[in-house]
Amino acid sequence: MRTARIVFDGQIHTVTPHADGVQLPDGRVLAENQVLWLPPVVPGTIFALGLNYADHAKELAFKPPEEPLVFLKGPNALTGHRGQTRRPAGVKFMHYECELVAVIGREARRVKREDALSYVGGYTVANDYAIRDYLENFYRPNLRVKNRDGCTPLGPWLVSADEVADPQALALTTTVNGKLTQQGNTRDMVFPVAVLIEYLSSFMTLKPGDIILTGTPDGVVDCQPGDEVVTEIEGIGRLVNTIVS
Amino acid sequence: MQFPPQPGTVYGTLLNHQANLAALQAQGDLAASVYKALPQAPVLYIKTANTVVGPDARVEVPAEVPELEAGATLGLVIARTATAVTAAQALSHLAGYVLIMDLTVPHASVHRPPVRHRNRDGFCPMGARLPAAELADPHTLEIVVKVNGEERQRFKLDALVRGLPQLLVDVTEFMTLQAGDVLHVGVPEGAPRVRAGDVVTIEAAGFAPLTTHLVTEGAI
Repeated sequence: MRTARIVFDGQIHTVTPHADGVQLPDGRVLAENQVLWLPPVVPGTIFALGLNYADHAKELAFKPPEEPLVFLKGPNALTGHRGQTRRPAGVKFMHYECELVAVIGREARRVKREDALSYVGGYTVANDYAIRDYLENFYRPNLRVKNRDGCTPLGPWLVSADEVADPQALALTTTVNGKLTQQGNTRDMVFPVAVLIEYLSSFMTLKPGDIILTGTPDGVVDCQPGDEVVTEIEGIGRLVNTIVS
Repeated sequence: MQFPPQPGTVYGTLLNHQANLAALQAQGDLAASVYKALPQAPVLYIKTANTVVGPDARVEVPAEVPELEAGATLGLVIARTATAVTAAQALSHLAGYVLIMDLTVPHASVHRPPVRHRNRDGFCPMGARLPAAELADPHTLEIVVKVNGEERQRFKLDALVRGLPQLLVDVTEFMTLQAGDVLHVGVPEGAPRVRAGDVVTIEAAGFAPLTTHLVTEGAI
């Protein structure tokens, strides 16, 4: 099942896909650009991964980590499909990051990797923008880089886990103004989804609605105001964002 | 008074006491270290929802570590949306203050520490909220930490790198704080180490004491 949360006519609706756009619970069909898209889940704790693809680690001149490099984000960072993300004035390097997101479906504590995927309720797509000008070497990546308002588009759809046969065999692509700039596959994660759930739940309780952004592969480039950035994951969704000044 | 605490997002501030920076510089040549330089912007971390508990909580000390650092501090409870606030307006965004026991697995490096040091279940005991109007000058508040009834630390918030208004200015410059979010002002040097079996209490004038019971992993 696929669901999205949208605003239409002053109300929040949970909608499903339709050949002509989205379908409201009462049967009305609306075009994709007639509605305001919210993140498809109201998040609990937001986890994100640094350097979780070996090629991206190499791109940034790091050795792949021996322990998942987890960092955290607040809900202020999220925005929906077809939203706008601001590039601060005067910065030199703002890049997208196409990421598979696992949404926890039930409480998980001390889960083994063999069972871990049964704790996933669904999957979606994130674009975890970073503004590298603000990087500092304390509690990397620092929140000024990674927790800016609206710098993490999420969506459009929450795809229930039963529709995803293997989350570690999905193609990722990013295009900027239609030009392919990033290409990878979730099979190349250093720590796959099941291992991340085993790891996190070994020391903390995961709750339904917690989300894990699983990192990005090689191929990040600087983006400018006006650029349309499309992050897409095979079978999960195509997330559109526009950068503004 | 809000009890039990049900905050929005809880943010902690690192290196916000001047003595924290002095201790960092005393470790050696910063430029030659992984840090390269002193931090320019506020250094924040998040205490996730699973960490937040109320007074008299029982909190597990992980089996693999002998002791935890008991970091007492003051939390600023946000009253209304705070984006790019000015210093003059900053404190008007506060609903009140809470005492916070920021528990941490001790770790020397703050370069890229794993979240398992700060984000274990129950690692953020938080007291009842004192309305903002009842604390005239938070910078003069004296905070006392006792372990098993014995005083182990006493400090004021009068030597912060960023005092409360400036901290709110510099944080909300890049991220919005919402009503119910909590931003703590940082843990001073010399936080006591505590073990399973210890009872740690934070006291400050006007606040109900915040007591936390540390127990062996598996005891809950």
